[in-house]
Amino acid sequence: MLQITNLHATVADKPILNGLTLTVPAGEVHAIMGPNGAGKSTLAYVLGGRPGYEVTDGSATFMGEDLLAQEPHERAAAGLFLGFQYPVEIPGVSSMQFIRESLNAQRRARGEAELSGAEFIRLARAEATELGMDVEMLKRPVNVGFSGGEKKRAEMVQMGIMRPRFAVLDETDSGLDIDALRIVGAGINRIMRAPDRGALLITHYQRLLEVARPDKVHVLAEGRIVRSGGPELAVELEREGYTELA
Amino acid sequence: MTAPFPTRKAEAWRYADLDALKSVWDELPGAETITLAKGEARQQVWIGDGSPVGVRTVQVELAAGASIDIFALNTAPQYGRVELDVAMHEGAHFALHAANIGGGKATQEIVTAVRHLEPNGTSRQTVRSVLAGTATGSYLGKVAVARHAQKTDGEQSVKAMLLDRGATANCKPELEIYADDVKCAHGASVGELDPDQLFYALSRGLDPASAKALLLEGFVLQLWDEVADEAQREALIEASRAALRSVVA
Repeated sequence: MLQITNLHATVADKPILNGLTLTVPAGEVHAIMGPNGAGKSTLAYVLGGRPGYEVTDGSATFMGEDLLAQEPHERAAAGLFLGFQYPVEIPGVSSMQFIRESLNAQRRARGEAELSGAEFIRLARAEATELGMDVEMLKRPVNVGFSGGEKKRAEMVQMGIMRPRFAVLDETDSGLDIDALRIVGAGINRIMRAPDRGALLITHYQRLLEVARPDKVHVLAEGRIVRSGGPELAVELEREGYTELA
Repeated sequence: MTAPFPTRKAEAWRYADLDALKSVWDELPGAETITLAKGEARQQVWIGDGSPVGVRTVQVELAAGASIDIFALNTAPQYGRVELDVAMHEGAHFALHAANIGGGKATQEIVTAVRHLEPNGTSRQTVRSVLAGTATGSYLGKVAVARHAQKTDGEQSVKAMLLDRGATANCKPELEIYADDVKCAHGASVGELDPDQLFYALSRGLDPASAKALLLEGFVLQLWDEVADEAQREALIEASRAALRSVVA
């Protein structure tokens, strides 16, 4: 589903990714762990198409299409969802309007019918409830005044509403307390665990992975995958740290 | 209009498009007057009629305890000017909520002189400009507080968003205070769309023009929150949306 081959990328001319190769087949959830500065967030932004993240070599395909040739909004319409480490605040625009216009833009691009206001509100209410968020919060401006944990939960509500084919979640667990972690982890399983979907979880900690059990765990260091294994690798890393691997 | 044709030497006309003004000068009506009696309250909504040049000059007289909220959307594609002179008596309240939205070579300006003549008046001016192309948007706002107009409370909040390198914003809040017990605040900022907000919106599936328009709606539409008449509020929102759409296109 997602195939990354020998990816090299720079930020402000500084090489961050140095030949990263990774494949996530449909129906699987993979985790990427690694020390600070390894390139985890850079990978997420490169996959999302953020300006300033320059791919200098290698390729990335998503469902057989060249991902890197697509504009960020085209990637979203193709079914890629980027969960932000620091979800952005947008004053003056309600979450309801933001998510609805985004979703309908995706649907238009895919040749699907737009959702009506009533259909959208039903969907938003259902997803907010599943993730333990008061639907009233979605009437407020996007992420404005939300705590760190609420922002992460709101990201998951967006993901639930948009139902992407593939999610790249950048440190979705940071800022969450134990209960929220369990809810978010269960949300990832519910929304993204399906034979025709997949996810890449970028995380520092093993806690999230105890709930959202990944099929594979990869260790990213100095811009490339240095080790891959099953879920037990996350436990080992939690115990031993990254020093041995670098 | 019978008044002498203005020159750029006058501060209030410094950024004006005088060629455009000349084209309509002979047909311009004189200043409108709005006079509110003691304790009277009113909301006033102005939306441009779509003609290339629109000039509105208004003298407002607020008797003691009178209150007016003016909502002005300035979108004239060539030259739009809203000029207000406001005379405020004891305890009067004046609020201006105004937007300039222009692209191409548009020149748009909001020019105000708010004169607190007597004590306990409050004035609130909130102006938002969105400028693209080589458009120029200005706010020239003077708040004058007379010697005995104690306990005056005045605020000016002016923000401009520049979408292109060639666009210009002039923000000039000005205070002239002769009383010694007053509160007058002013703030002005000029910026551009936040790249983090823009990428966030793009990553959710909005195309670049839609993403920009949505962020700019967040910047502008709050101006109209307090319009009591729902139809007028909707008209302002729709006209703002259409103007924003056209400047990001």
